[in-house]
Amino acid sequence: MAVDTAGRLAPPPRTAFFNDPVIRGYFYQALLVLIVGGLVYWLGANAIANLTAQGKSLGFDFLRNTAGFDIAYTLIPYSRTSTYLDVFFVGLLNTLLVSLISIVLATLLGFFLGIARLSPNWLVAKVAAIYVEFTRNIPLLLQLFIWYFAVLKVMPAVKQSYSLGDMVFINQRGVFIPSPVPDDKFVWVVVALVIAVLASIAVRIWAKTRLEATGQRFPVFLTVLAIVIALPALTWLVTGANLALDVPKLTGFNFRGGIDLPPELLALIFGLTIYTATFIGEIVRSGIEAVSRGQSEAAQSLGLREGDRLRLVVIPQAMRVIIPPLTSEYLSLTKNSSLGAAIAFPELVSIFSGTALNQAGRAIEIVGMTMAVYLTFSLIVSLIMNIYNARVALVER
Amino acid sequence: MADTIYAYVQTASQEPLPPPGRTTGTIYWIQKNLFSSFSNTLLTVVVGLFLLWLLPILYNFLIGHAVFQGDANTCRINVDGACWVFIGDRIRFITYGFYPPAEYWRPNLVFWVGLALIIPLVWTGVPYKILNAALFFLVFPVFAFILLNGGSFGLLRVPTELWGGLMITLLLAVVGVVGSFPIGVLLALGRRSKLPIIKTFCVLFIELWRAVPLITVLFMVSVMLPLFMPQGTTIDKLLRALVGITVFYGAYMAEVVRGGLQALPRGQYEAASALGLNYWKSMAFIILPQALKYVIPGIVGTLISLVKDTSLVSIIGIFDLLNAIQSAGSDSAWATPTKSITGYAFAIFIFFILCFSLSRYSLYMERRLNTGHKRGN
Repeated sequence: MAVDTAGRLAPPPRTAFFNDPVIRGYFYQALLVLIVGGLVYWLGANAIANLTAQGKSLGFDFLRNTAGFDIAYTLIPYSRTSTYLDVFFVGLLNTLLVSLISIVLATLLGFFLGIARLSPNWLVAKVAAIYVEFTRNIPLLLQLFIWYFAVLKVMPAVKQSYSLGDMVFINQRGVFIPSPVPDDKFVWVVVALVIAVLASIAVRIWAKTRLEATGQRFPVFLTVLAIVIALPALTWLVTGANLALDVPKLTGFNFRGGIDLPPELLALIFGLTIYTATFIGEIVRSGIEAVSRGQSEAAQSLGLREGDRLRLVVIPQAMRVIIPPLTSEYLSLTKNSSLGAAIAFPELVSIFSGTALNQAGRAIEIVGMTMAVYLTFSLIVSLIMNIYNARVALVER
Repeated sequence: MADTIYAYVQTASQEPLPPPGRTTGTIYWIQKNLFSSFSNTLLTVVVGLFLLWLLPILYNFLIGHAVFQGDANTCRINVDGACWVFIGDRIRFITYGFYPPAEYWRPNLVFWVGLALIIPLVWTGVPYKILNAALFFLVFPVFAFILLNGGSFGLLRVPTELWGGLMITLLLAVVGVVGSFPIGVLLALGRRSKLPIIKTFCVLFIELWRAVPLITVLFMVSVMLPLFMPQGTTIDKLLRALVGITVFYGAYMAEVVRGGLQALPRGQYEAASALGLNYWKSMAFIILPQALKYVIPGIVGTLISLVKDTSLVSIIGIFDLLNAIQSAGSDSAWATPTKSITGYAFAIFIFFILCFSLSRYSLYMERRLNTGHKRGN
């Protein structure tokens, strides 16, 4: 580098201003702002022009108008005279219902598949692998169609229902299962169950403190199992509480009583569960494989037993790998539940972005609200994930 | 030193141990992998019995009792076999939708030319990659558009409402795959950029698209987009769906590519700067080739989701493969008990072949590009 007589470094040779990365940076950003701003302005101006031409205005007043259509499956009271806002909540609740049930079932099936693929039994591992490869390569929509049109819709008519022990009935209109009807005294059984759970937690804490202080083990699992079963059972007997079953009965052309699971709901749950479970299975498998063999060998050399090795060493490390992709799988399951629109299950997209939009014609507001719902789900999940990741992140030097 | 006899020193030699059991061969393998313990044996028997029950049913339905010759009446009589004649009869509709039969040569020609360009492109041993890529990415789209859409060079114009079936599925898949990749790379680079406005814009764009289901995006482009266009302009429905899918998957692709960019050690970025390469050159020649190699499984996973999700366009009324099969089945001339299940079996077959071959190709590329620098190798 050039050094002048005073021994100072000469300034670096100047480049042309258009080659300066800093100036270029400003230029690119200004360009982006101009393009995006221009686009937004153009779209907005078009929208306003179109809306004025159609004599419409933007606003959410329409939510108070009467919707005037029926919904086949609702969790909250709904009738033809309910408003569009009610339609929104019916859809939202149905979406949540389907997602929650499917998430639980898919997690169970997924863990089972992941463990089966790692089985030392060659046949089990191969069958699980073929099943996973096959199921995950078929579009979810196709699977939903198959469950709905080819399996559930070809069930016998109401009069010829399949019955399981005269308790559960399966026909074209869905599955009818008995619902439990607790009497007044049954509340004590529930109270007993809550007390039992609290007691179990106390036992577990006490046993852990004692183990750390004295090294003596206490059979926690068996004690807890005994408490949780015995206490409510005893209360049940003592109070003489009664849990009746409301069995569905064929009256007229349909079943009355019990719980009615329509084919749309079942098809959506089956489809989402089976499709998502294959992805969860792969996540579980890679999570378990990610824990190196040395970890469980190290635990063994510390003298931990088989159960403790899994519980204290292998599973916590596998969960660190499993949980982040697992939650994003849950999120995509929730988003995929919108495919219920294709088999007429009344979830958010189907009745709100579909029927309500066609009737009210408020495309911008309705699509915006629907997107906002999914955006909220996604933000909540990523918030929880960030907190979780911060908690379990490896503390490195 | 006297000959002291220690009790712990052996005087006689030990009896030789029996030879170890087999550790090679079929019998040993079966023993180890199928019958190593009681629970393992039980599992093998249960799964084996299940397969013995399932496989004959599948074979009989798909091949054994299936109807390969005859007409709708043959299918009506035979209720325990797939009705393949239904597929045979409707194959033109399932492949081309309402495309005029006299013009079938046009999609066919596009398909074969496309295949002839893609195969050497993805086959790593074939030379002239740049020429090939230029032909496929620049010349082929124009050629395909002119041929499929018609209206010039004396070709009959075929509006996209008449396109359908497998042709639409392949078109959506290829355009989506080719289009979403560059969008994804640009968004990922933008998200990693040091320029605050560009970074914020990319983060918002990616997160917004990833947060909503594809079906709402398709609803948006089909009912909401016309409201944002100047009055009187209509954009083709298929084109809108295409753009929707491409941008949607571009956002997913961006997150995959970002994973690769983050996995790359810092030294690679610094080395590129030390060589005096500017931003675009260092990205193009140093960073991206390595980063993309890291995330091949993720990229192909996204592409597979894209291929599967092309089926969603049937919800907004485009006649893709699934929709064509559904509506072919609702024809009253084919009111037979097994035709819908046969149609679904055929759709499964097509989608499975598309997706499974993509995933196999990804494994092949991973092995091919593995330079052994990955940690843990």
